[in-house]
Formats: sequence, structure tokens, C-alpha cells
Amino acid sequence: MAHPTALALEFHLVAYKRTWRSSVFSSFALPAMFLVAMGITVGHYIDERSTSIGVPYLDYLGPGLLAATALQVAVGDSTWPVYGGFHWTRVYHVMRASPLTVGDVLRGHLAFVLLRVALSSAGFLVVLLLFGALHSWWALTTPLVAVLVGAACAAPCFAFAARATSDGAFAVLFRVAVVPMTLFAGVFFPVESLPWVARLLAYVSPLWHGVELSRAATLGTATAWGVPAHVAVLAVWCAVGYVLALRSFTRKLGD
Amino acid sequence: MAEDEALIAATALVKQFGDFTAVDGIDVRVRAGEAFGFLGPNGAGKSSTMRMIGCVSRPTGGALRILGLDAAKDGAAIRARLGVCPQQDSLDLELTVLENLTVYARYFNIPRKVARARAMELLDFVQLADRAGDKVEPLSGGMKRRLTIARALVNEPEIVLLDEPTTGLDPQARHLVWERLFRLKQRGVTLVLTTHYMDEAEQLCDRLVVMDAGRIVAEGSPRELIDRHSTREVLEVRFGNDPLDGFADKLDGIGERVEVLPDRILVYTGDGDAAAAQVHGRGLTPSSVLVRRGSLEDVFLQLTGRTLVD
Ligand SMILES: Nc1ncnc2c1ncn2[C@@H]1O[C@H](COP(=O)(O)OP(=O)(O)O)[C@@H](O)[C@H]1O
Ligand SMILES: [Mg+2]
Repeated sequence: MAHPTALALEFHLVAYKRTWRSSVFSSFALPAMFLVAMGITVGHYIDERSTSIGVPYLDYLGPGLLAATALQVAVGDSTWPVYGGFHWTRVYHVMRASPLTVGDVLRGHLAFVLLRVALSSAGFLVVLLLFGALHSWWALTTPLVAVLVGAACAAPCFAFAARATSDGAFAVLFRVAVVPMTLFAGVFFPVESLPWVARLLAYVSPLWHGVELSRAATLGTATAWGVPAHVAVLAVWCAVGYVLALRSFTRKLGD
Repeated sequence: MAEDEALIAATALVKQFGDFTAVDGIDVRVRAGEAFGFLGPNGAGKSSTMRMIGCVSRPTGGALRILGLDAAKDGAAIRARLGVCPQQDSLDLELTVLENLTVYARYFNIPRKVARARAMELLDFVQLADRAGDKVEPLSGGMKRRLTIARALVNEPEIVLLDEPTTGLDPQARHLVWERLFRLKQRGVTLVLTTHYMDEAEQLCDRLVVMDAGRIVAEGSPRELIDRHSTREVLEVRFGNDPLDGFADKLDGIGERVEVLPDRILVYTGDGDAAAAQVHGRGLTPSSVLVRRGSLEDVFLQLTGRTLVD
């Protein structure tokens, strides 16, 4: 007997068979292009002038982009598609008429999003390997880090998308949360160079912790706060997000 | 009826949204093998009731037992044995016709092989076998409805819930759906359907309740309801575009009862032709005269003072 959550996941896998080609670009090719453009070209200038980050800029940027990609994929996949599940395809309502519970419906979709995050980060890891940006066997754990970052970002987004009254909210979410996080949470430069308010914001963001873990893994270095602390912050994001998401889903599907 | 022979037993069932009461204490018993209908206008509370029976919406009050189980506690177990055709089409337009069934079957943990075989059979049943590999998007409204009905049958349900199965379909498509539902009924599947079409209720339902504003205003077989609340025949007269206000007096005494609607006048009578003769006998010259059998529409009008579809 398959677990009901796995049965809900199955739907998303079947649907993905039709769309995976187009998603490869946004979840893999685009970040890889970023890596090349920023890591090699911009990195060339940086490496000539500064040694304060201690490693070639490409090697510094790579694991950061890996975590940022996890954020992008996770948020993209858990906003519009979740809203669509309620309002466009109505697939959640369809599932709800079967023996699946609200929790199964939620977890099945969440599992799919995390699978997408894992796949895109594994692909990105291969690119990093080809560019010689990996310096430690710990690099193999980065897909796990990506999944953790993905869950920390996706779970609250599921809650947000379930409560949204229009899909316009998601473009705003990208503008006020995803883009600033991507730019300022340690992906491109150390957060130590930020003013203290911004740095504080970076510390609460899930991305910075993911970047720290990811970078430590590929470079074989230590993290800022120690692995358990970063994992703990991400776990809190996951847990709070999941509770909120389950509550929102229950309200929408079990009125 | 004894409690234990009812597949669905609702007692004082209530559904509220905030302080609005959509379902206001209804009592319903549905027996195995019957086709049971909820007839009522838009907003009567039919869908709210169906969603509670489908165990996707929690009753605010009252008791609801389905297949001998408590809807509040055993939702998943009940849903496993129900087939649901919701009011709003919710097929996956990206998937093929066949995939829509097989994917849905998996929610019920039906093995893939079985799901496929059953899906093919059901597509045959709803006359869509030749479209199995096509996407759903270009299908006509009637085809989509039939596919939704097929989907509701993949788990071989003991009860099939159909919320407005033919609303929005053209007459030919409706007849195709009715014919399939009639076949299901013959196979002994218990059907529960809602409709605001009195002809649909008359064609399909062994027994029905008339719902209005969250309450049940009458219950019985279509025949019983018509006998009880209407007359054998109804004479419909129209007077072109003339205002009809004054006609109640002019027709007084003809038939058992006269009902003046905005566009026509209904005369309830055992003998429509005789009533028509009486109308002419009073020197009135209607622009059109029609004698028809009493219908559920008349029942609803009699009970609520309003027409079903406006
Ligand atoms: N989720 C909801 N929230 C608030 N009001 C609702 C909700 N669902 C239905 N209603 C209201 O309850 C009443 C009955 O609706 P419904 O059960 O859909 O009627 P019907 O199916 O007979 O047309 C309507 O007035 C409708 O606006
Ligand atoms: Mg309805």
C-alpha cells in the first residue's frame, strides 16, 4: 500500500512529465548562465583586486548561487502552482474528494517541490564540478542543504499562496523578498560588508543560512555560526511554515 | 424508514458560513439503489449539502451518517466509497482523457494496471473511448461532463454524488448524460443528484426533496409531489404583451387555482381543455393557449411562490 502522501505526489510527477523541459531553463540553465557571467567575467576583476574572500570568486559564488537557486525554484513552485491548485486547475479540490486528507494534499505537493529543488541543485552541482569549483567531498551534501533551504522557503509560501486572493501577490513577493534576499543574503558578497540593519535581516533570512552551509560544504571550510545553528534556523522556518500551510490548507479545503 | 437501511442519513443537518445559514436543519434519508434528488433554485443550499455528504465540508450542526459511518469522523473511509461529480468541472486540461481517470484512480490507491483497465472500460461507458489519448481542453461541455462522471466511477463507488450534472449543457448533451445516469441506476448504483431543472428531477429521481433557502419544503416521488401540490393538468395562457395584473379576477373560478406570473397565467385544473373553453367562454382572447401536465415546476411554485429557473 502506497502512502497517501505518495499518491498525491504521483499526480505532480505525472503532470511534470509534460512541463519538465521548459522548467529546465529557469531552474538550471539560468543560474548556470549567472555563474558563468558573474563568476568568470566579474570574478576576473574581483580576483585581480581582492583576496579578502580567500578563494577564486567563482568558487565563492557557486555554492551561493546553488542555495539561491533552491530559493528561486522553491518559491516559484510553491506560489503560482499552489494558487492554481485552489483556483485554476482545482486539483486540490479534486484530491480532496478522494480518501486523501488535507495533509496528504499539502505534503504531496511539498514533496514534489522539494524533489524539483533537489534535482536542480544536483544539476547545478555538476556544473560546479565542471568548473572546478568544488574543493571537498562535503559538496555531495549540497543537494540536502538545497532541500532544507527549499523547504524553509516553500512551506511558508504554501501558506501564503493558500491565503492569497489573487496571483498578483506573488510578483510582489519576488520583488520584496526573493530578489533582495538573493542580492543581499551572502550569495554575491559577505554580509559583513552590509550595514547592521541589512545584516540582521540577512541573519533571519533562510537563504543566508543555506548559503553558509552550501559554501562550507563545497569549500570544505567552517560556517559562520556552526552547522547546527544554521540547520536549526532553517528547521524553524520549515516547522513554522508547515504549521501555517497546513492551517491555511485546512481552512481552504475543509471549511 | 429504519435507520439501518439508509445509506445516507442526515438529521437536523446545518451548514453555516459565518452567520449566514446555507443549510438550515434538513433531514434526509437515502436508501440503497435509489436515485435521490435535491431540487431547488440557485442558492438553495444544494451544493453545500452535497459537499457535506461528500465529506469535504464539515457540518456546523446535526448528525450525518453515510454508509453506516460518521461523516465527521470517518471522512476518508467514506470518501473511498463515494463517487463525486462536482458542480464545477475540475478536469486536468493538460492531461489526456485517459490520464485524467488513471491519475484520479491512484488517489484511491488503485493499482496502475487495474486503473488503466477500468478507465478504458469507463471511457467506453461514457462514449469517449475514441478520445482516450486526446487532451481534455478541446472536448465539448457535454464530453467533459461525461468524463467527470466516468472519473467519479473509477473507484466503483457505492454512492455517486452528482451536483448539477447537466447544468450548462445543450439539450442533446443533456440527454446523453441522462441516458448514462439511467444506465447507472439500472445497475443498482445509488445516485444522489442536485438540479434546478424539474425535467431532470422527473426523469431521473425515484424520490426527491424540494429545497428552498436552506430548508426542505417537500419530499416524495415526483408523481407524489405533483399529485399533492399541483393538478393533473395545467393550462398556460398568454396575452401577448398586455399587463396581466387584472386577469386574476377575470379568470377567477376557472380550474382549482389561478397563478399569475409576469409573462403568463397558469390555471391549475384536472381538465385543461375544459378550462381553456371556459376562458374563451368569458370572452377573453389569449394570444396563446397551452395545456400540459402538472410538473415539479408547479410544485415549486405552489410551495414557494417563485419559479425554479428565472
Ligand atoms: N464557502 C462559502 N462561503 C460563504 N457562503 C457560501 C459558501 N458556499 C455557499 N455559500 C452560500 O450559501 C448559499 C447556498 O449555496 P449553495 O449550497 O452553493 O446553493 P446551490 O448549490 O443550491 O445553488 C448561497 O447563498 C451561497 O452564496
Ligand atoms: Mg450548487
